[in-house]
Amino acid sequence: MKIKTKPYGEIEVDEKQKIHFPEGIIGFGGLCNYYLLDSREGPFYWLQSEEEPELAFLLVDPRVFRHDYKLMVRESDLRDLNIKDKQDLLDFTIVTVPEDHSKISANLMGPILINRKTKLAKQVISENEEYTVKHYILEEMKIQRTRLLESENACSYTKAK
Amino acid sequence: MLVLTRKQNEIIMIGDSVEVTVIEVKGDQVKLGITAPRDIKVHRKEVFLAIQRENIDASRADVGKMGKIGDIFKKNDKNIGI
Repeated sequence: MKIKTKPYGEIEVDEKQKIHFPEGIIGFGGLCNYYLLDSREGPFYWLQSEEEPELAFLLVDPRVFRHDYKLMVRESDLRDLNIKDKQDLLDFTIVTVPEDHSKISANLMGPILINRKTKLAKQVISENEEYTVKHYILEEMKIQRTRLLESENACSYTKAK
Repeated sequence: MLVLTRKQNEIIMIGDSVEVTVIEVKGDQVKLGITAPRDIKVHRKEVFLAIQRENIDASRADVGKMGKIGDIFKKNDKNIGI
């Protein structure tokens, strides 16, 4: 079927891409149905509102720019989504793209959790208090790169890959 | 606003199912314990507001200008060598 999307206009989607947020996304409470779209821009995804074509969130797996990313959420959040097995869990963070693209950031404080099987989803609040709403992606990639080079294990790490 | 004075280990009940216990008072910090049913969400307000603000900012991205976002990433990928 076809839906109207913010990034790509009218496109064909599959029912399988439909994600339901019973509580909506924080600040966008009334809107509960979204489609998860592959992005045409790098490692990103779009979370497109079904009800509001002009509303879409850019998502990324934070491990793309932070290999040390640790998802820490409350047991009750996993229960809300009926997640019993880690395999069922898909997690992303929302990306903010300002005018100055070099300041692109990810919100690690409010990750998006999706039950892969039931397509139930929720924006939760991270239990990891080191994480903030604004992690500058390019900056953190640089830090990660420096760490990788400084690390004594850099060689074995590269080989292992 | 209802204002109540409580001592350490004293409890306030909200409705039949929410309990707020004063666990510790130390300088300008108060440690509270909250017992509530699963469907009642308990959050620090500033955290909730920060996420809400960031979501609104994220929703305002100008999609027309975003074609190059992937490029920035690719360039950086090359830099890192992955």
